[in-house]
Amino acid sequence: MSEKTLVNEEQHFEEMIAEESICTTDNLVYEKPDTLLDTPMHYCPGCGHGVAHRLIAEVIDELGIQEDTIGVAPVGCSVFAYNYLNIDMTEAAHGRASAVATAIKRVLPDKYVFSYQGDGDLAAIGTAETIHTCNRGENLLIIFINNGIYGMTGGQMAPTTLPGMKSTTSPFGRDVATMGNPLKITELVAQLPGVYYCTRTAVNNAGNVRRAKKAIQKGFEYQKLNKGLSFVEIVSNCPSNWKMTPLASNKWMEENMFAFYPLGDLKVPNDKEK
Amino acid sequence: MSEMKLMKGNEALAEAAIRAGCDAYFGYPITPQSEVLEYLANYAHRTGMVVLQAESEVASINMVYGAAGTGRKIMTSSSSPGMSLMMEGVSYIACAELPCLLVNVVRGGPGLGTIQPSQGDYFQAVKGGGHGDYKLIVLAPSTVQEMVDFVRDGFDLAFKYKNPVMILTDGALGQMMEKVDLFPQMDRKTEFESWATVGKPKTRERNVITSLNIQADEMEKTNIHLQAKYKLIEENEIKYEEYMCDDAEILLVGFGLVARICKKAAQLAREKGIKVGVFRPISLFPFPTAKINELAGKVKGILDVEMNAGQMVEDVRLAVNGKIPVEFHGRMGGVVPSPEEILHKLEEKFVGEIA
Repeated sequence: MSEKTLVNEEQHFEEMIAEESICTTDNLVYEKPDTLLDTPMHYCPGCGHGVAHRLIAEVIDELGIQEDTIGVAPVGCSVFAYNYLNIDMTEAAHGRASAVATAIKRVLPDKYVFSYQGDGDLAAIGTAETIHTCNRGENLLIIFINNGIYGMTGGQMAPTTLPGMKSTTSPFGRDVATMGNPLKITELVAQLPGVYYCTRTAVNNAGNVRRAKKAIQKGFEYQKLNKGLSFVEIVSNCPSNWKMTPLASNKWMEENMFAFYPLGDLKVPNDKEK
Repeated sequence: MSEMKLMKGNEALAEAAIRAGCDAYFGYPITPQSEVLEYLANYAHRTGMVVLQAESEVASINMVYGAAGTGRKIMTSSSSPGMSLMMEGVSYIACAELPCLLVNVVRGGPGLGTIQPSQGDYFQAVKGGGHGDYKLIVLAPSTVQEMVDFVRDGFDLAFKYKNPVMILTDGALGQMMEKVDLFPQMDRKTEFESWATVGKPKTRERNVITSLNIQADEMEKTNIHLQAKYKLIEENEIKYEEYMCDDAEILLVGFGLVARICKKAAQLAREKGIKVGVFRPISLFPFPTAKINELAGKVKGILDVEMNAGQMVEDVRLAVNGKIPVEFHGRMGGVVPSPEEILHKLEEKFVGEIA
């Protein structure tokens, strides 16, 4: 399709919407959250990051904490998270987001602080920062996107890449004998006394999206109550680097990733504490 | 109220941090500077400043980055191997233009080296250390009094230029006890800069602290802006000390601890009738290039003395620009030169006969 045809198509579509007036203030049931900016996202089609960003924005809106929230973006595909969320944000060095978040929260204890980190960032180069931030029980929320691959750098093996899974640096599949085992860091941090709430979710279907949103919401609410660290893993997909269509990548994720990284709570506050 | 005390360098520096209204310190133990963290752990509650022992220097410097972004007065301290670990974060902080105070109590290197004093980190402090084109403002104290005063001055410079400031000292100054006049307790900040990430009120755009710009031409603009700032710093913030330079025929040049030893060497030389003066750069960046060039027109030669293999001497030679001979004497690995040794070297190089 030529560029001209595309422009004509777009114009036609806009005219059609205007004519039929299908979008009015009365019939809107689904709006963009205030905390989400209009910037077009750079994520690939079918990627889970966009949904995860939106959930954070929705929760911030619903809790009314936009003015009191500071986010920390990692190095990785979500390095530009600050282009999409209308809150104060700091972009951390690779792996250091939880250390950066720790310090922000320590000097601004009344604010809400979260870090948003991928698997390479959180579970490889930033392992020490992740474990010690969790172990100190820093009163913040870590959102961990696990898609088992390095997205930004072009599909290299991640600490969470599954056994046998192909990547550009494990072209014949991850051989655990030479490349080590995938790291279940969420199971690991769940053991630490500083972690108050630890759960694993996904954003591949409506039910999981709702559960992931609830988990993020709890993370912020526990922060308000000074309960310690909340750790929310979102198992996600990477159609581009898995070299699959979005639908196929979701199916592959459900069959393979969920089998190794089962969804559900790993640590929940007991009822009395709630 | 100011207060006179006999204090160890590292502890005096920590006390100065509390008095300067520092809001948070993040650090990791390493000899010979652990007293800074220990002192703060004991006394920082006076002002309520945050003191956190991190899991590594890598974490410490990134905590400094995060906290400095909130517009507070933030600092860390370390010694050579630990400072090497911090270099990545220092580059990020410099590019994001965040004010903070870094203290390097230098020990002998390379590698794990020794725990004795050294000046082997001059290049790292002054020429970059981390990746990319950036500069720290580097202050080199030569007394415990300056260890104290440069904490206050360092924070002022850091906020004036939105730039990290480093106090480059050494294990001897950190460990020695001297009389110090402590400045009165200053209030902690209550108002914060417009760029700080403190939560976005509806009345302003969001603040983003980042050193990333994926467009080359935009990143070049960032670099041009930084270079312009460094030029401004060079125009305004040069500090140095001259000691018996007026009638000097030979100049000893040294920074920090070495300058004190050079002063004694100059006194010994004058007792023998050799007119020696001492020039001490206090700000290592910005470097007193023009002043050294001017002095080079008045003396016959310069002996640059350092506790390293010859680092600042490169900047001295650039400043002298071939006008007069610039000789070098250095001790390495934690060895401190004596006044007699410096005098001997000076006579050997410039008087032509060994005394």
